Amino acid sequence: MKYSIFSLARNAVSFHRDWPLAWRSPAPKSHYDVVIIGGGGHGLATAYYLAKEHGITNVAVLEKHRIGGGNTGCDTTIVRSNYYLTANARFYEHSLRLWEGLSQDLDFNVMFRPRGVLNLAHTHADLENQARRGNAMRLNGIDALALNRPEVASMVPDLDMSPTARHPILGGLLQPRGGTARHDAVVWGYARGADSRGVDIIHDCEVTGIRRDGNRVLGVETTQGFIGAGKVGIAAASHSSVVAGMAGLRLPIESHGLQAMVSEPVKPMLDAVVTSDAVFCCVSQSDKGELVIDGNVDGYNSYAQRGNLPVLERVVGAAVALFPSFSRLRLLRLRGGVMDMSMDGSPIIAKTALDNFYVNCGWCYGGFKATPGSGWCFAHTIAQDRPHELNAAFTLDRYTLGRAIDERGAGPTPWLH
Amino acid sequence: MLLIQCPFCGPRDQVEFSYGGDAGVPRPADPAALSDDKWNAWLNERDNPAGEHDELWQHSMGCRRWIGVRRNTLSHEVVSSWALQPAKTA
Ligand SMILES: Cc1cc2nc3c(=O)[nH]c(=O)nc-3n(C[C@H](O)[C@H](O)[C@H](O)COP(=O)(O)OP(=O)(O)OC[C@H]3O[C@@H](n4cnc5c(N)ncnc54)[C@H](O)[C@@H]3O)c2cc1C
Ligand SMILES: [Zn+2]
Repeated sequence: MKYSIFSLARNAVSFHRDWPLAWRSPAPKSHYDVVIIGGGGHGLATAYYLAKEHGITNVAVLEKHRIGGGNTGCDTTIVRSNYYLTANARFYEHSLRLWEGLSQDLDFNVMFRPRGVLNLAHTHADLENQARRGNAMRLNGIDALALNRPEVASMVPDLDMSPTARHPILGGLLQPRGGTARHDAVVWGYARGADSRGVDIIHDCEVTGIRRDGNRVLGVETTQGFIGAGKVGIAAASHSSVVAGMAGLRLPIESHGLQAMVSEPVKPMLDAVVTSDAVFCCVSQSDKGELVIDGNVDGYNSYAQRGNLPVLERVVGAAVALFPSFSRLRLLRLRGGVMDMSMDGSPIIAKTALDNFYVNCGWCYGGFKATPGSGWCFAHTIAQDRPHELNAAFTLDRYTLGRAIDERGAGPTPWLH
Repeated sequence: MLLIQCPFCGPRDQVEFSYGGDAGVPRPADPAALSDDKWNAWLNERDNPAGEHDELWQHSMGCRRWIGVRRNTLSHEVVSSWALQPAKTA
């Protein structure tokens, strides 16, 4: 069914009781051409583009709980492509372009709101670094604007720009086309789009084992029985290592906790996404008026889906130092996600050493904005059995070959990326 | 909040410590003799278990010694901790 003003009017007449379900909940078939493990944004987007771009519709997405209940459901939804290294810049820019047309493509309002992503500069070194990154972005065809102090002050009036500010602000780097989107809507939109093209989305179906015959994967053992597969792709984020381990593979991934906090809703006060790399804090205001804040990972391996207090205190302290008016707000919610942190801070979308087994992981802090691009590239990699040029650098063997893509230059210490 | 037992100083709050990563991957004795694959397996690949995990911590705001800690990554329970090198006697 196409959502439109007419379908809305028609359903208003019946008091909105007759809307069809947006996707089915079928029982799994015994065999699929492609099985995707993990029903987060990435898994669902992969299934959608497999069907839409490659005509592969005999596909199942297996999700152990409900779709979108993993990291996709708890992040701060920032969408941007302000990367320095070319491989990342091109990939994330492709993803951003998909975001720009996503609501129309999916016939589902994903509430993408390009209100600008502003990185603050607190030191002269920050300013120089931003000039370098901004120029690199422009060379890659990405929008970037260097703002001076008065421009930052007029764009974000609530920032502490006083001479005694705890973190003095000298300027900033703005990506005007960046912004935020609604996480649930992205999940539901991709689920509905994939389902309407024939993809089976299977809830409450945990993959517990992977059946192999030599170098080939035959299918997956699940809580709903064995499901045969021509090809298997992992999009299990936090549990990438656990699922790859079922096939006997080790990944260059560690799982780390990252928390987001949400305040009580207030009137519009912040019409940009504001981030500071120096104090590791990132703030935006949701459409409902809540301030949404996050910071760095908790700092040690974790699968716990809840954050720790020292990091919470540090991140809130940084937010209040940047925006003194926040000190009056109460936090309503805390959400803890488990990040698939890669060894160089960049993603992996690649074929593994097994013939028909593919992996999509290593999304660190930045996987929400990647959702469309990741699904698009992963679908291409699975369908064609080779990467698209946009994800050709995101291989597993780049670590062996010494071709790490390390924006931060932190080396194989995932908790520092 | 973690309470980590420093073998030298006793139970201390996690904010006194810095994390040093997986302790289950001993540094190869002769790195130059390794193939690229073996070096990569040591440098980058991890078991990353959902459960008990051996890890390195430094008591950076205390005695500054590196210690080993066994901790559960699902419950955050600190199971045990040990000294990596014998304490120097005065
Ligand atoms: C607090 C926080 C803030 C963030 N902020 C941002 C941001 O501002 N911008 C940004 O771009 N990114 C952000 N991210 C990162 C982003 O949320 C993720 O990288 C992205 O949403 C991951 O999507 P996914 O589909 O890969 O993973 P998930 O949504 O986690 O999906 C993986 C799914 O796999 C399922 N699964 C796991 N194991 C199995 C199994 N054995 N069998 C079946 N299913 C299984 C899980 O249940 C889960 O639903 C943030 C993350 C967090 C936690
Ligand atoms: Zn000590």
